[in-house]
Amino acid sequence: MAKLPVSVDKIIDDFGPHKAYAPQTGFHGNSEPDKLVKTHCCYCGMQCGIKLKVKDNKIAGFEPWEEFPFNEGRLCPKGVMRYMQNNHPDRILSPLKRVEGKGFETTDWEHAMSKTVSEIKRIQDTYGKDAFAMLSGVSLTNEKSYMIGKFARVALKTANLDYNGRLCMVSAGGGNKKAFGLDRTSNSWADLKHAEVILVAGANISETFPTLTHYIWQARDNGAKLIVVDPRMIPLARTADLHLPIRPGGDSALFGAMLKIMVDNDWLDHDFIDNYTSGFQETIDAVKDYDLDWAEENTGISKELIYQAAEMWGKANTSFLLHARGIEHHTKGVENVLSCINIVLASGRIGRPYCGYGTITGQGNGQGGREHGHKCDQLPGNRDITNPEHRKYISEVWGIDEKDMPGKGLSAYEQIEAIHRGEIKGMISICFNPLVSLPNNNFVREALEKLEFYICIDTFLSETARHADIVMAGSLHEEEEGTVTTAEGRVVKINEAITPPGNTRRDGQILMELADRLGEKEKFAFPTSEDIFNELRVASKGGTADYYGITYQKVVDNMGIFWPCKTLDHPGTPRLWEDKKFETPDGKAHFNPVSYRPASEMPNKEYPVVLTTGRVVSQYLSGTSTRRIGKLLDQYPEPLLEIHPKLAFQYGIENHDLIKVKTRRGEAEFPAHVVETIREDTVFIPYHWGGKHSANQLTIDSLDPVSKIPEFKVCACQLEKTGKKGSQHLTETAYQSSL
Amino acid sequence: MPETNYDQEMAFFVDMQRCIGCHACEMACAECETNGQESMIHVNYVDRAKSPQTTVQVCMHCEDPTCANVCPADAIHQDEFGVVHSANTSRCIGCSNCVLACPFGVPKKMEEAELMMKCNMCYDRTSAGKKPMCATVCPSQALYFGTREEIERMRPDSEPVNSFMFGQQEVNTKVNIMMPKGTHQLIIP
Repeated sequence: MAKLPVSVDKIIDDFGPHKAYAPQTGFHGNSEPDKLVKTHCCYCGMQCGIKLKVKDNKIAGFEPWEEFPFNEGRLCPKGVMRYMQNNHPDRILSPLKRVEGKGFETTDWEHAMSKTVSEIKRIQDTYGKDAFAMLSGVSLTNEKSYMIGKFARVALKTANLDYNGRLCMVSAGGGNKKAFGLDRTSNSWADLKHAEVILVAGANISETFPTLTHYIWQARDNGAKLIVVDPRMIPLARTADLHLPIRPGGDSALFGAMLKIMVDNDWLDHDFIDNYTSGFQETIDAVKDYDLDWAEENTGISKELIYQAAEMWGKANTSFLLHARGIEHHTKGVENVLSCINIVLASGRIGRPYCGYGTITGQGNGQGGREHGHKCDQLPGNRDITNPEHRKYISEVWGIDEKDMPGKGLSAYEQIEAIHRGEIKGMISICFNPLVSLPNNNFVREALEKLEFYICIDTFLSETARHADIVMAGSLHEEEEGTVTTAEGRVVKINEAITPPGNTRRDGQILMELADRLGEKEKFAFPTSEDIFNELRVASKGGTADYYGITYQKVVDNMGIFWPCKTLDHPGTPRLWEDKKFETPDGKAHFNPVSYRPASEMPNKEYPVVLTTGRVVSQYLSGTSTRRIGKLLDQYPEPLLEIHPKLAFQYGIENHDLIKVKTRRGEAEFPAHVVETIREDTVFIPYHWGGKHSANQLTIDSLDPVSKIPEFKVCACQLEKTGKKGSQHLTETAYQSSL
Repeated sequence: MPETNYDQEMAFFVDMQRCIGCHACEMACAECETNGQESMIHVNYVDRAKSPQTTVQVCMHCEDPTCANVCPADAIHQDEFGVVHSANTSRCIGCSNCVLACPFGVPKKMEEAELMMKCNMCYDRTSAGKKPMCATVCPSQALYFGTREEIERMRPDSEPVNSFMFGQQEVNTKVNIMMPKGTHQLIIP
């Protein structure tokens, strides 16, 4: 039974979210800390270096780490405030058990562990191994990600492990593997500095990767032209040379049309195309009819702007194309990514200085966490769980019989569907808050309520954890040593600043004890995080994501090492493809034909407006931690419905009117934010909030057929005036996720 | 006055076009132990209905500070390096003369404390050879602390401007605003 044990208001009273602020004079020890620990921000894929102040085994504040080469001390507001988690009054300090009618009560580790293991065994004995599933997340270090991949397959013996990267960059991964045979941003960010043209598609860099903004401006100081493709005038678009305000879902039409213009004008690198790529002819055949009239109709961007962008891109000598969730969160996410790669390959501008391409991975370890067996179809080193050779190698590393290695499991949202079908009966999750972050989340809630047993490992009682039977009190980023791999492919060191407080445990320790109780102690005997990393190095050896040559010492000495790094004497690889030898079977970069197709749910008479979702600078993902930090909440307290004045006028909507937004999945009310900085046919809602304020009550659960990413960026909605204004009460309580 | 390493070659530059409105500067400023969790730098939208453009206002550290000139209690001190300090707490009478007189709208009266507070260019940091906190963390480097020569070399299309005409009053400041190349003075009619 994973229904709420008591009213949601009681749970909020007990476990928050509550807004926390630092004391007026700062935390004890802020001015005279015992030590400063060099580590990284726990949030986005930039993984900015930061120094945490520690006093009496508590985090007391932060200090910029100006020597770390990526960010040189620069931070966004989330980075500045990230230190607030350790001292937070909502922090779960002990394991909890669900008590019907009461809520959650403190329990001891013995009960939490024995109850968990007995339920896992009961469910697996009754319904089969795969009836017990695991969901994980890539805010976790490489060590934890690797161990979870092994834990699910070796200790739980389930095929059904997946992760929240499924909502993040799997479309990019799918596209990168098809085109290059390897899944990593092709360059370090340093290659932005002298790019003549930077094309940013569907990446709200200034709000979601703020510290990357400086790199874009450095390039602009050096004369770079900036093209931004986004339905909204995001801060980066405000001063861009070209802003292409695309209709959500029109991406592959735009990039297909740009490819056709490049071909028509012979803005092509024939030597590169002829000698180092395959599939060019089929790819340009697929776009031969994509003339400017067609492109304008299917992208919502004027012909003139499309041509100017193609000309700017086509004629450049150096360039960098960046994309993120804006083009990836689609049922054709992989196709959108491939359509971007096609214009990069046609230009031949890759594998050279200041010629770059890449996705900007969203989560802290979105890169490393997607390489070492965290995914339902993957084994360490970015190996394929269905490939016999890969299975054999990893089975040997893990000391298991290959036939005991589970096969390919269900992806994150497919697990939710399988719960509804009665195929999955129990679940353990860590670092994932699907009740806020998955689409059509009323369906997700119903799934949670159907589980026979659910265990959640977390640091705060997230909206999803409210449905747990057992909550295991895990560790924060600063409470366990490890490594992460940043969005540019740089492996960096996360240092343990403090030991886990109260009766909490390191996540690794929790997983090792569970493995022990499931009868696999010797396979999880890792005295230190470095021991896990050393096994990961061996497990990744020979895979496309090869970490064998990376050691903790090397990472510390060099402030990060870029993979692939195959031997101990190798310095790492900031820029891929300099030898023009790609990791595909034929060694060539692959063009892939992309034919534009519409989104899974297009607007019609009944649902006439496009709804798209995204993020704001002061919140991070599902808000499990950032929706508890007072100043971050005060900056943007509740989700607003961004709407253009012309569309607002049609409905008689004025600023701050409370608007009911309805889709085929659900409805919710949001105050209107009438701004000219969005397309006239599209409304936008940020998704960080839960309960009745959750935008994901509305979004559609259609998945990309290859990457299984949900189509967060396009669905059709109705707008209805409620006759009410947004209220101070709603604004001030939105963060709590009441129902 | 304690011994100081304040480097007079170092200057503060504000480039509004780079500001992304993220508020990292405000949050970092407020962390300073002398600021009581209040920020001395302020980020505001210009007209959010039309644009995400934000402005960021920090104390301009005027050469001839109006705030100090109008202070009846002589609470605002300009040091030998040109840094205009926040009101001396034992002298400030909370009269708000400075708040009203500052042409840039910088000083704020902290009502609870009956005191004026404003930016002192992170004196604890800058006097120890470090950068002010806001310019250290600013992710777009809309706030930059360095030498004039450095910024002119790095940002060749922009011009640091530190002279302002407010009606008939000419105000020259320690802090520079980055303007299009060729601009020498900002005139506010």
